[in-house]
Amino acid sequence: MGAAVAIDRETLVTLLVRLADDHLVLGHRLSEWCGHAPMLEEDLAMPNMALDLIGQARALYAYAAEIEGRGRSEDDFAYLRREREYLNCLLVERPNGDFAQTMLRQLYVAAYMEPFWKAAASSSDATLAGIAAKAVKEVAYHIRHAGEWVVRLGDGTEESRRRMEAAIEELAPYIDELFEDDAVTAAAAEAGIAPQPSSLRPAFDRIVGPIFAEAGLTFVTPPYSQRGGRKGMHGEAMGFLLADLQHIQRTYPGATW
Amino acid sequence: MVSERTLPSFSPLAGRRWPEGSDEGQRERVRSLHRPSSPCRDLLPASGEKEELQHRAWAAAAAVPDPEVPCVTVADLGILRSVELVDGVAVAKVTPTYSGCPAVLAIELAVEAALRDAGFEARVERVISPAWTTDWITPEGRDKLRDYGIAPPEKTSSSIRSLFGEIEVACPRCGSSDTERVSEFGSTACKAHWRCLACREPFDYFKCI
Repeated sequence: MGAAVAIDRETLVTLLVRLADDHLVLGHRLSEWCGHAPMLEEDLAMPNMALDLIGQARALYAYAAEIEGRGRSEDDFAYLRREREYLNCLLVERPNGDFAQTMLRQLYVAAYMEPFWKAAASSSDATLAGIAAKAVKEVAYHIRHAGEWVVRLGDGTEESRRRMEAAIEELAPYIDELFEDDAVTAAAAEAGIAPQPSSLRPAFDRIVGPIFAEAGLTFVTPPYSQRGGRKGMHGEAMGFLLADLQHIQRTYPGATW
Repeated sequence: MVSERTLPSFSPLAGRRWPEGSDEGQRERVRSLHRPSSPCRDLLPASGEKEELQHRAWAAAAAVPDPEVPCVTVADLGILRSVELVDGVAVAKVTPTYSGCPAVLAIELAVEAALRDAGFEARVERVISPAWTTDWITPEGRDKLRDYGIAPPEKTSSSIRSLFGEIEVACPRCGSSDTERVSEFGSTACKAHWRCLACREPFDYFKCI
């Protein structure tokens, strides 16, 4: 099916890079748990999910590079941009905190991405549709995995509950940004390429709501919302993350193995 | 030469599992290797010969085992989509399983090497759309997985809201359905870790996606 309304190349690249950055950064955060998880199964689970996310990011970067047509590769996007050029949402760059905070962040992102990928699976853009059709099934596992932990910890011991409640409070300011529309998302929605973020909120609530109910947790409304990631304005944590992610390429430019 | 491109590609799976016209999906050309002089180039087509060559190319590529689950071939898994002779070059289309499957590149290189070993000039293209699903694993592939000790994927509603919802997975060793999931994420991206409560053996379960 052809796009009803054309989208200009730069806008599409921006859309893809935002998506890819969300996945790369969250994948990197999850991979930080490798070797440090509270139990062996989780030490496998988190890098496994990180692989899914980084795999999705690679496909998106490669496609963005192809559309952009300036000869950049997926690695150039991942390793050679500056902080202000990253367009990920702030939620994914938040430090891992404890296991409760990591699982809650995972649930939030997965509950946001599930309806996104579902809609994008019928995108007018065939490549994005292909990436989405696979990702929507992978993200279903992430929701179940994170959701089960949110229930176990929220409905667990006094200590685990205290930690989950602290995580809810800690991450609350970063949720609204996920659902922010702007000119880029509007153009993509009009061209039938990707849904408007704001349209995903009801589905997000339908996923997270019952999990919180089962865990006996309540959502807190934050006193303020943090925004800016989509424009390249990041928190302090992002610089440290990129230093870790990019230091090989920055120290030995062009290094391959 | 004109008929060269219009000849149908040979794939035993063609038209069976993915939507019509789907081959028009975007492809990523993975790599085009150095090109040894090809025996095929000189043999161009009396169409019977061409078909014979395509069959031979398919057979060579189809026999490549999966690097992580070597009991099954790329054809058993349904990730080898087609092999087509284009201007004397055997072009294999391969689709990734999981987005982050680290074996993708190894598989593509192995398919290319197998085609070259069979005397073809070869190229592998990565096809993303439509997305591979575990439904593409052939019945023989499922049997081979089970014989190897890996429970093949079960059809599920895969509802994201059925937390703690267990599917019924039969132990690949003793056949008992009295099994439990140890971890949703196992030794590779495509497998979960289970154990049988009847024979007490742990086993891998090939996840349904």
